[in-house]
Amino acid sequence: MGELIIGLYVFVLAMLAGFEVITKVPPTLHTPLMSGANAISGITVIGAIVVSARADTLLVTILGVVAIVMATINVVGGFLVTDRMLKMFRRR
Amino acid sequence: MIPPVAVDLAYIVSAILFVFGLKLLGSPASARRGNLFASSAMLLAIVVTLLEQDILDWRTVALGLILGSLIGAVLARSVQMTAMPQLVGIFNGLGGGASAVVAAAEFYRVTGAETIPVSDGATIALSTLIGTVTFSGSMIAFGKLQGVVTGSPVTFSLQKSFNLLLFLAIVGIAVYLGSGVHDERFYLGLLALAFLLGVLLVIPIGGADMPVVISLLNSYSGLAASAAGFVLGNNILIISGALVGAAGLILTQLMCKAMNRSLANVAFGAFGGVDGAAAVDDGDKQVRSVDAEETAMLLSYSGSVVFVPGYGLAVAQAQHEVRKLMDLLEERGVTARFAIHPVAGRMPGHMNVLLAEADVPYDRLFDLDEINPDFERTDVVVVVGANDVVNPAARDPGSVIAGMPILNVDKARNIVILKRSLSPGFAGIDNELFYMDRSMMFFGDAKESLSGLVKEIRELG
Repeated sequence: MGELIIGLYVFVLAMLAGFEVITKVPPTLHTPLMSGANAISGITVIGAIVVSARADTLLVTILGVVAIVMATINVVGGFLVTDRMLKMFRRR
Repeated sequence: MIPPVAVDLAYIVSAILFVFGLKLLGSPASARRGNLFASSAMLLAIVVTLLEQDILDWRTVALGLILGSLIGAVLARSVQMTAMPQLVGIFNGLGGGASAVVAAAEFYRVTGAETIPVSDGATIALSTLIGTVTFSGSMIAFGKLQGVVTGSPVTFSLQKSFNLLLFLAIVGIAVYLGSGVHDERFYLGLLALAFLLGVLLVIPIGGADMPVVISLLNSYSGLAASAAGFVLGNNILIISGALVGAAGLILTQLMCKAMNRSLANVAFGAFGGVDGAAAVDDGDKQVRSVDAEETAMLLSYSGSVVFVPGYGLAVAQAQHEVRKLMDLLEERGVTARFAIHPVAGRMPGHMNVLLAEADVPYDRLFDLDEINPDFERTDVVVVVGANDVVNPAARDPGSVIAGMPILNVDKARNIVILKRSLSPGFAGIDNELFYMDRSMMFFGDAKESLSGLVKEIRELG
């Protein structure tokens, strides 16, 4: 149970940090912010790697690979498309 | 193999980089650096994890990473900027789905045991639930944006009661699994019902409300990652997921405010339908219609012009034409600016990206609060493919869009509206703006009308 409680502390504090850091974002950056944040949610790729690493049955191996592919698309695609958008923004 | 302490220290560095990355993403000058910070943080976390884990079979992990990177890179490079909301929708779904699959893999890894620790059972159920709802909800959102699924709200009788029952059933199963019972049938039941819930939550929401839905699903995909972090007892997942969850919630709140609606109203209101269309009375009201030549004269001899682009501009792919027009007007000494309503596109900030793609400098784009006081001193406002966001009816307490923040276009000295017809917008109500004395309708396709204007102004020399 201890681990769960510590996890909750971490979760709540990280949410608060998120609210503080993101509050004032100009509308121009809403789309890049969203796709950048979206790429970060691909962090679950770490979980997919952990699960794959200790996979001992075929089913778990397959699930692990599927999770890695899905999350990696999210990560790589998300960061690249965010950069592509941000490159277009310029001041006169 | 590297020691666990080193891994945790690296994860802390990674978390710091994510926080600063998000912070830097909040300002145009530093945004690219912010994205670089965040992607470095991700790379660090992945490399450290690969080094730490005693991976039984490297080939499968490598295959997954390479395949995912290739698909992601191709999608990111080939997507049209108008299709950004769809792409973000897919990515949300994949992230959420991956978190659910991670939870499923954990569930099956402990197969064989009759019972599992309570905390494992509960977190696996939660992660599966949030991840699956995010996945199926995002797929429906993608379908609606792409036009594969109807953009109109899909409703049926007793929908809310049904959703409530469904939700209660899911909570029941989750609590049962959370009590430490390792029962595959119930787990698969949870998976199926969560999938259904995701579909039913998004399907009654109209096309006009997509900015809210995409933001909310973005938040869910973060929370799903956090939940997967609880399953695995992994803090970097919990932290990064929470950051994304917070970002998504903030954007959701901003979008709701821009439409003057509560989240509950978006979720259950089934607004944005076509029912109201019958209310249009085209009785004796007269509009003034103008052509390219007249409009070109008006624009080129004015002192200040404000363009108000709406989604119609994006549909007609007319961003580049409007940029050309802006350049021509500036050469003639006319001040040209853009007024962007927060929900002008189909996701937060979408219109800004579309105009940036057409090389419009971002310091020419003004949001609602910045530009509204200026309209009364503006010579000509050119509305391109926008409707509800410039409808003065929003100031009338009796209107269905009452209280929605609008661009005060009706205060300008002259108003030119580029539009195909007088048909109503998403809200399904008539727009008084079209019938004002200072208003002129320039009927036609936005792209053709704008290139007509560019040609006429060039001919003026």
